[in-house]
Amino acid sequence: MSQLLIAVALMLLLALLLGAILGYASVRFSVKADPLLDKIDAILPQTQCGQCNHPGCRPYAEALAAGSDDINKCPPGGEDGIRKLAELLGVEFKPFGADAPQPKAKAVALIDEATCIGCTLCIQACPVDAILGAARQMHTVIASECTGCELCLAPCPVDCIRMIPPGSELTNWQWRYPTIPIRNVSSGATR
Amino acid sequence: MMPLFDFPGGIHPPENKAQSSATPIRQAPLPPQLHVALRQGMGNAARPCVAVGDRVAKGQLIASADGRLSAAVHAPTSGVVTAIAPQPFAHPSGLPELAITLDSDGEERWIERQPLHDWPQRSGAEIRDFLAQMGIVGLGGAVFPSHLKLGVSPLETLVINGAECEPYISCDDRLMRERADAICDGIAVTRHALQARQVLIGIEDNKPQAIAAMQAAAAAHGFGVVAVPTKYPSGGAKQLIRILTGKAIPHGVRATEHGVQCFNVATVYAIGRAVLHGEPLISRIVTLTGAVEAAANVEALIGTPLDQLLALARPHRDSHEVVMGGPLMGFTLPDLAAGLTKAGNCLLVKSPALFPPRPQAQACIRCGDCASACPVSLQPMDLFWFAKAKNFDKAQQWQLFDCIECGACSYVCPSQIPLVDYYRFAKSEIWAAERDKNAANLARQRHEFRQFRLQRDKAEKAQRLADKAAQAAARQAASHSAAANVVPADPKQAAIAAAMARAAAQREAAPLPEQHSSGLNDAKQAAIAAAMARAAARKAAADQAKAASGQPPAPPPTSSGLDDAKQAAIAAAMARAAARKAAADDARANQQPDP
Repeated sequence: MSQLLIAVALMLLLALLLGAILGYASVRFSVKADPLLDKIDAILPQTQCGQCNHPGCRPYAEALAAGSDDINKCPPGGEDGIRKLAELLGVEFKPFGADAPQPKAKAVALIDEATCIGCTLCIQACPVDAILGAARQMHTVIASECTGCELCLAPCPVDCIRMIPPGSELTNWQWRYPTIPIRNVSSGATR
Repeated sequence: MMPLFDFPGGIHPPENKAQSSATPIRQAPLPPQLHVALRQGMGNAARPCVAVGDRVAKGQLIASADGRLSAAVHAPTSGVVTAIAPQPFAHPSGLPELAITLDSDGEERWIERQPLHDWPQRSGAEIRDFLAQMGIVGLGGAVFPSHLKLGVSPLETLVINGAECEPYISCDDRLMRERADAICDGIAVTRHALQARQVLIGIEDNKPQAIAAMQAAAAAHGFGVVAVPTKYPSGGAKQLIRILTGKAIPHGVRATEHGVQCFNVATVYAIGRAVLHGEPLISRIVTLTGAVEAAANVEALIGTPLDQLLALARPHRDSHEVVMGGPLMGFTLPDLAAGLTKAGNCLLVKSPALFPPRPQAQACIRCGDCASACPVSLQPMDLFWFAKAKNFDKAQQWQLFDCIECGACSYVCPSQIPLVDYYRFAKSEIWAAERDKNAANLARQRHEFRQFRLQRDKAEKAQRLADKAAQAAARQAASHSAAANVVPADPKQAAIAAAMARAAAQREAAPLPEQHSSGLNDAKQAAIAAAMARAAARKAAADQAKAASGQPPAPPPTSSGLDDAKQAAIAAAMARAAARKAAADDARANQQPDP
């Protein structure tokens, strides 16, 4: 009988001890930030365009992490982005809604400097501070910093901003997928 | 006889070097117009430092390096700059690149050459800077700026690459046969800059004359000339280092970390010309071969239009395309109007008779021939599957970026699959994804900083407002106390109000938000503080008014404007006098109670 009691007591002691260690460890080594949030944020294209109806990419990532929004709300990320989000979050791939914003080719804002009146409205709208200028001075877009979010288009009172697709340059040129070239066959062959 | 080592894989394609290597190097005639591309190094295009219409001398700097991997560009001949505009460029993309168009004046008037005669006394850093100014880049094909390869010293072994393993090309062969002494002078400079203990010159044994010439020249310097077995691609830097030293340079590690550095013979020749003769890199030797009447090696100025160069070799009538580089690693030139670049070692003319079109690719049969031919021990068939399926992560895990694109796998493939095309495609897709990722990270940083900046501005504005309100309150209180002299306690009250306002301002100023999480709260708090300060000021003012209610009312307004002004002046003077008197009274009153 006493052996049984000893065994029970021993197990109880052990359980308490291990529980205490686990409890301490969970407090001591707790991860404060949500790692999922950062992972989602890393997938999002960081255009900060607000097409997902969140004020930036991070808030959308927060909504996704909380499960309160769909994964198909980010047109700049493209379908590839949706696939990555689906894989990360363990949900089904979901195409873009038919009436929702669709992905389009990447472009960079360009200010027509002759028309610009220097109102600074676009500077205030730019989420990444990619527009340079001052009141009643001509503004210009730093093309390398522009994410193509189009947020500067709406506030411009004189509609002097256009979106320009980036030109093909050696720095962004890519080898194409190998294909079998189609050749013209001379008419003699068909006879 | 030193022991030689072997690298895995490799192929033995027909050499086809005799066509062009039989005749001595010819000087190409001076072209009337040259298109000197600004992108001559690996990195950014150089920045032009001449203007249209400028007369330039041969060897004059016309574009300076822009960034680390960029290379300086010099005028190949004397003449007039007639345009700085996009021109056809020798690149598989066919995209035009900015080039300086130079109309030669035929005088070949050199700029004053400043060689580094005292190079044995100069440090490695000085020689590096000198070579950077001279625009020296690797002439083996990669056009990596040479001065960047001279950074590590002392070094165990300096490997000089004279293997020239790719079929048809013979420019290095002819250079070694004819200018072995000049090459060895260049090697001596390079060795000095690197403080290399030993120098090994590796030459494939299919070039006996070049080996003999180099041996004769190198004997005086004590360089070792090693004949290496002919096998493609023994001229790859890592492959040649493996053959000569037995060191296998691992993935992602520079050869210098293992005490070895590798230079092409043409590069060390250019280094010698620059240091000993003050000549920047403005010309190179080009092999013209393939479907041509007179295959030859010519020494041509950088920027010579390629079609004019080709005309020297008289291409066959049925030639249909021209490849820059060799048959295995070269690329088809999209436009022959382009100027010669520093990378252009060979122009190979293709004709259907000489180069029958590659049969249509069949399915991969998993024979594994490509794996046994691969000189870097990759699994080309797996890489092919991954690239074809656009499974780029997997391709990277299978060390896609160790692929040197030598083309041995495509050469042996029985299904005629253009394997290297798939690897190039996969590599450029991965690079593009990397660029996008970097852009996203930059955008995230800038967005976060913008948010932080907005919060900071808001906090600073609120603080400014609070300060202003506090100051106004203090001023108001002070002026009231001065004007109204009835209650002696008034200055004290005003001082209290001012102190309260100051305290409020300090409270507000103390915490500047580091994290921009509580920005709204901060703004709210600032607003509250400001409101409090305003309220304090109002209260003080009300007290003053109450205290001053016993004073005589202001004089009634008079009719004439002039009188008004006069009266106002008088009133002001009276007020000032009264204030003075009050102050004196105050002082006396203050003195009396507490002696």
